[in-house]
This record gives sequence, C-alpha cells and structure tokens, in this order.
Amino acid sequence: MPTAGPDSSTATSTAHSSQTVRDVVIRLAGNSQDGIQAIGGFLARLAGRSDQDVMTFMTIPATIAGGPSIFQVRMGSGEILSPGDRSDLLVAFHQHSYEAHRAQLRDGGVLLYDADTVKPDATDTRIRAVGAPITSGTVAATGGSSKDKGKNIYVLGLIARLFDLNVEKLKGLMKERFGKKSEEVFNQNVRIFDAAYAHPLGDDVRACFEFGPARAATGARPMVTMDGNQAVVMGLVTAGVRFGAAYPITPASSIMEDLRAALPKYGGMYVQCEDEIAAIATALGFSYAGHVAVTNTSGPGMSLKMEALGWGIMAEMPLVIVNVQRGGPSTGLPTMVEQSDLVQAIGGTHGDAPRIVLAPCSVGDCFYATYEAVQLAREYSVPVIVLSDQALSTRIEAFPEPDLAKLYIEPGVKLAPVEGEYKAYAFDKPTHHVPPGTPMLGGKYPTVTGLEHDETGHPNASAPNHQKMTARRREKIKALAAKLPRPEVYGDQEGDVLLVGWGSTFGQIREAAKSLRTQGRKVGHLHIRHISPLPQGLAEIFAKYRQVDVVEINDEGLYGYGQLASLLRSALAQPHIRSICKTDGLTFKVQEILAGVSRLDATAQR
Amino acid sequence: MFTLTRPTPAAVPAAPLTKATLKADTPTWCPGCGDFAVLAAFQRVLEKLQIPQQNLVTLAGIGCSSRLPYFVNTHGGHFIHGRALPFAAGVSLGRDDLHVVVFGGDGDGFSIGGNHLDHTARKNIKITYVIMDNSVYGLTKKQTSPTSPVGFKSKSDPTGALDPALNPMRRLLGTGATFVARAYVGQLQHMTDMIERAMKHDGFSVVEVHTHCSNFYEDAFDCFNARKGGHVDLIDETKHDVTDINAAFKLASLETPGVFGVFYEVKDQPSKNAREAELMARVQAKFPTTDGRTLLQAAFDRMK
Repeated sequence: MPTAGPDSSTATSTAHSSQTVRDVVIRLAGNSQDGIQAIGGFLARLAGRSDQDVMTFMTIPATIAGGPSIFQVRMGSGEILSPGDRSDLLVAFHQHSYEAHRAQLRDGGVLLYDADTVKPDATDTRIRAVGAPITSGTVAATGGSSKDKGKNIYVLGLIARLFDLNVEKLKGLMKERFGKKSEEVFNQNVRIFDAAYAHPLGDDVRACFEFGPARAATGARPMVTMDGNQAVVMGLVTAGVRFGAAYPITPASSIMEDLRAALPKYGGMYVQCEDEIAAIATALGFSYAGHVAVTNTSGPGMSLKMEALGWGIMAEMPLVIVNVQRGGPSTGLPTMVEQSDLVQAIGGTHGDAPRIVLAPCSVGDCFYATYEAVQLAREYSVPVIVLSDQALSTRIEAFPEPDLAKLYIEPGVKLAPVEGEYKAYAFDKPTHHVPPGTPMLGGKYPTVTGLEHDETGHPNASAPNHQKMTARRREKIKALAAKLPRPEVYGDQEGDVLLVGWGSTFGQIREAAKSLRTQGRKVGHLHIRHISPLPQGLAEIFAKYRQVDVVEINDEGLYGYGQLASLLRSALAQPHIRSICKTDGLTFKVQEILAGVSRLDATAQR
Repeated sequence: MFTLTRPTPAAVPAAPLTKATLKADTPTWCPGCGDFAVLAAFQRVLEKLQIPQQNLVTLAGIGCSSRLPYFVNTHGGHFIHGRALPFAAGVSLGRDDLHVVVFGGDGDGFSIGGNHLDHTARKNIKITYVIMDNSVYGLTKKQTSPTSPVGFKSKSDPTGALDPALNPMRRLLGTGATFVARAYVGQLQHMTDMIERAMKHDGFSVVEVHTHCSNFYEDAFDCFNARKGGHVDLIDETKHDVTDINAAFKLASLETPGVFGVFYEVKDQPSKNAREAELMARVQAKFPTTDGRTLLQAAFDRMK
C-alpha cells in the first residue's frame, strides 16, 4: 500500500473496493458560485469527526463570482502535514476547470467531470476520466425546481460513493448546515445527495477510503475542525479578548465577521470602522480603556496602521494585530499567499520601534500563537503582531481541542485606587497602565502620549531621557527573547542541511526534510514561530550544519536573500544562511523545496 | 445582561473637583492665545458638573489645541494627528462609566481627520468633541488650514490661499452629529454654556470654537470682537427650533460672522453605546448562560 509521501501518489491506480487508502488528495475545481467550498467543508468536517487529520488547500478568486475557484482536501489516517503536491481525484465542474487543472492530476488519477458541460480529451490515457451528469442529475433530483443549484451536493454524493464515505455522518453534517434553514431545504439536499450516491460509477475507479480507528489513547482530546481565521478568533476569545475593531479586507475579513457575531455574547463588541487607521485607533482606545484589544487586517491595511502602531509602541499600549498576509506590494494578489510582510512586521513604522511578532505554523497554531500574543501583549504592554497568511486563513485542519480548563482567561477591568506617585514607565519595572476609572490618590492623573516622555509619562525631549527610554523599550523585548524556549530541531541535530522556515509552510518543509532523510542525507528542520524577538541559541544550532536553507514565500530581494534569511544573516552574521524563495502566489510544494535544496547544494561554500 | 463596559467602580471618598484639583501642567500656549479661554471654560464646566475625577478622560490629536490634556488633571491621552476621534470611540464604547472629551484643531478635525469626524458623528458615539478652530496651522508655524479664507497669506500660500474655505457648521450638521454648537473665545460664559450642554448630551456632541492664534492669525475673528468693531449674534432658541435640521443649515449658511449657540440638538437618537448594549442584550437572550467559558466550550463543541 502506498503511504503518505512527498508527492502523495496515494489513492492507488489499481484501487479495488477492498483496499484501504491512507490518504487521498481531492481537488474540486469550478466557479466561485458552484459552492465547492461547501463540499470541502463537509469533507473536512467529516474527516475531523472521524478523528482523522485533515488539511485543505483552498483558493477563492478575487472576483465575487465567475472566476476560477478551487478547493483541495487531503484526508488521511496517518500524519497529514501538507496540502499534497498533486491530486488523486480532480472534480471538474466546467471545461475551463478541466483545462486548468488536468496537468496537476497525478498519473493514474481520476478525473470526475460534469458530462453535461465538460468534454475531456479522449486521447489522454495518463488519467482515468469518469463522467457524471452533475448538472442534469441535480436538476432531475429536485424535480427541475431549482435549476442547477445544489450541484455541489450532487458532487458530494458522487465522492461519498467513490470513496465509500460514511453517509450517515455526512447527512448529519448536512442536517446541521441546512436543517436550520428549513426541513424542506435539508430534504431537497438529501434528495440530490441520494441521487448522486445511486449513480453508478465504475467499480474500477472506486477506491475504498476507510477511516482508520479512532484515536483511543487515554487522555486524547477530541478533534476540532476549523480554518486558520476561526482558530485566531478562538485563540482571542480563550485569552480573554472581548473588544476590537477592523475594516473589511481579504483574506482577513472573516476574523472581523466572526468576532462581530461572537463578542456581544461575551459582553464585548467588535466595531467595523470607517478605515484601517480608525480600526487600530479604536482598538488602541479599547486597550487604553482596560480591555486588551485586537485589530485584524491584511497587507494594505497593515501599511495604513503603521503610524498608530508606532503610538502603541511609544505609549506602551498592549494590542494584538493579526495580519493575514497576501501577495504584495500595494493591492497585489489579494487572494493568494505570500510571506512578504515580515520586514514590515518587525520594522514597519518610523523610528526605533521594537515590538513582538509571532508567526503560527498551522491552523492549530493560529489558536496557540494568537493566544500567546494576547498574553505577551498584556505582560510586556506592547503591540504584538500575529503574522498569519492567506493559506492558513482558508485552510481547514483538525487539531486536538484546546484545554479550556487550563487556558481560559476570564476578562474584566479592575479598578483599584493608586496610592502615591504613579510612574507608568518606571525604569525599574515593566509598564502596566492604570485604566481610566482608577482614582489617583496621589492627586496626579496620567496622560499617555506618543511624545517621548519620562517615567511618569510626562513629555520630555531631553537627550538622556530619550536614550534611556529607547533602551527601555528595546530591553523589555530582549528580556522576552531570553525567556523563549530554545528552538527544537526535527531530524538530524547536526549534519548537512538545516531547513529553516516560518509560518504556513511548516508541513511541506517537514515533508521535504523527511524525504531528504530517507535518501540518507543528514537533514534537520527548524521552524521559527517567534520572529521578533528571535529566540536565543540559533547561531549555535546553525553552526552544526554545513548549510542553512531558509524556505519562504517571498522574493530574494536586492541582495539575494528572502526576508527571514536577511534577518537571520544580519542577526547572526553566518554566511551559510541562504534562501529558497518563490513568488508565484501559491504555497510551497514539497518538490519545489527539494529542488531548491539541490540548487543550493551545487553552490555550497562549506 | 452581562457587559464588560461597566466595571465595578473603585470605592473612594468622592473628592470635590476644584480649580486646584483640576490644575495640571502650566499651558505652553503663546501669550494671548485664545486657547487659554477654552481651557478655562472646560475647567468651569467640570467644577460645575462634579463628575468623579477618575471617570473623566481628556483626549486630543496633534496641534497647539491638542496639548490641552496636559493642562487638565484627568486621565488623558495625546494620540496621533487626526485620529483622536476613533481612539476616543474605543474608550467610550469600551467603558460606559467614563466621560470622554476630545479637543482638537481645524487641521485635526476638518483636514487629516475629516473621515473620522463623519463616521464618529454618524454613529452617534457618546463623546464630546471641542474643535478649537483658529483657521491656521499654528504648531507648524503658519500654513493654510481648511478653514483659512481665500487670500489668507501663509507659508504654504505666500501669495494668498487659493482654495475655498470649508464651512465648519454646514460640515458638522452634515455629519449627522446629534448636538452641534458654535462658540467664540471672546464670549467666555456663552462658550462655557455650550461646552456644558455638549457634555450633558447623550450622544456625539460637537462644539466649534473660534479661537484666534495670537502669533500667526491674530485678526482672524475680529469680526466677532466688539473691541475691534465686530459683534456676536447669539441664537434665540425661542425662535430657532434646535431639532429642525433645515433651520440649522440655514443658520450655518449665513454670511460671516453668522450666529453663535446651539444650531442642532436632538435627544431621541440612541447613541451607538446604547445600540451596542441593546445588541448585547438581544444576542445574550438566545443563550442559556452568560458564562464565558461555557459559551466558548459550546463554540468548540460545534466544531467537533
């Protein structure tokens, strides 16, 4: 039996119904109004409930409707790390979907196409083409009442049949989704589903996708399934964030939408502002009022927030900023992925302005990194940036349910009188602002300001004061660096190549490292979650490898190195740190990383 | 209803607000600046209203006028240029127990922060906004402002301003603000009354105050100054219906020097603070509990 490998050629070309596949990559290609995200969502949630690891890779077109749209689901009973380089099954809703994605289907893979709209190349023997009346079958199942609305459910029925998915569980999920609207909507969708399920598909292309046994290990937590933006929201709420503000922007809007819907329930609110500047200003206002707040955005919005970010750093105001990166600069590639905001995150805004930057490496880590960001914002009284990206925001993964008994933080503003002279910025202790409503028994009330100020917060432009305060803002961030856990290296602890990455590329880099190790090379993988400050000990770890290849989705820049690689080279001054970069708006394929390693091998200096 | 916007107040003996307790830094304004009168009026209002000192928040953006938070002893914030209103929105919406007053100039309010004025007013967020309009950029030493008249000679318009000035009162009435008034620093008692009524208003209240810059535009408001042959016409509210927006626009369209007083005041519009509280109550009514952890656990359960 094939197993999860770097190129994921899995759902066996000679599959029979008796066989069990360990993981399968299904790509659904259509237009954005075809509802293919819903299919992906059902499949992902089905797998999540079955205690499977699920990873999806989804793109949505920038246009509202009509443009090409894909959703890719990889489901497996083993460890699923990446979206999968090539697909085992391609579902094509339209001729253009087929044309655009046929090459991406693996050898012996299955094309499932709408026989009403797609005419596949009959001479293509590389793949197996199976037609089904997706459009006419849907119309017939609804008695001609709803045109072709519901094609996605028809396809879900076909896939369920093809892979022998658990129909009962799927219908349960459909009940949750449609039952709220009305019983009739649910029944209609079941009719479509059943019609498709009954449609005969050749046994020779039926693979049996049986989920492995549920995780029965004692103490194992149930799995939860969500996308990266939802995980950010859950992390914020768990950490006690109840207030924030934002402006709509792709691909970050769903964070605002979910918080707007959720926070009133918890006694808080999320405000949609007139622009990105107002959003960060309002969030800073909430924080000043005593509620550590959040604003979420993507690249262009992040650029607009820069002046206010500087105020937050100067005034030492806690704040969480979630930047769901997309392709830039300017309007750039709104619906595609890029990791090109790192330099902005660590250094954007004028002046010397140290801040904390975290980069989650998976959907589950979107929860934990955001949760940590809130904690750090509180502890260090500073804006903390969470660098997510478009791939994480739209990817659906299952991960063990976070333990609320340990993690949940109850929010609330505490107002206790302050005695004596109050120094918000005392040189000998960290800043913790007193929120308004606090009686100042010493008589003097504080003003927070973006002007350079002395220990009490009073404006002070003297040179010695500015030097001391600049150092104070720097040293508190360095103090965090000293507390961060030493980064862990996967694989060989010394040797040939250390693959270094950050953010959403974790799975592909890990698979690349595994693949290189099976070839007998001594390879490690280190993923950096704390971008600013960097953890200590990196130089010692890097020195143990002949080459350090930094993998990131951004440009090699004017001097030949990507953004994290440039930071590492300047921080550690190690010339064997080099770059594997790309800017095609898509997440890394494992093969691309392997090719990059080969390329750098050829020119290795040591 | 469960809300985090009303924390338990700190138990302290109420100390009366006096001129002495309200005194903070000595103002850094130039001698003869009109802004001193605005500060004096604000302090008079605070002494009269006796709002607990710890619940007062004085905020500002950037400009000469925006130094005011340093000169009054309340919780305060000196934010960035033009953005004091959205910052104040967070403070106000986050805390129902606070009284939030924002000071700023014509550059802050009508130029760099114009968009925020529109939306903070439209949403009727409970904030009092005092625009200290001197028709010149004073802190940066005399450039043309959006309220500088055509022909005004400044460093950015050495041959005289080319662009028409903005009409502040029409602008403010157009935002949807629920309390709009106009005052002049030469009429201290009237200005004090305007600020007091603004602070008592439940919603977004704005007072446009004409305050001369003694260094760069001293004669800006001579037409209001009796000593210099000008005069101030006060609005007679027995004749002007303050709830009539069309009547207010008519007053705002009068030739300079126009009239002073409350142009517009409506009390039946709920503030955003109230609307958000109503939303909270409505949403919470659908759930059996307001315990955060229980609600969050249920949210996780739906993702299983």
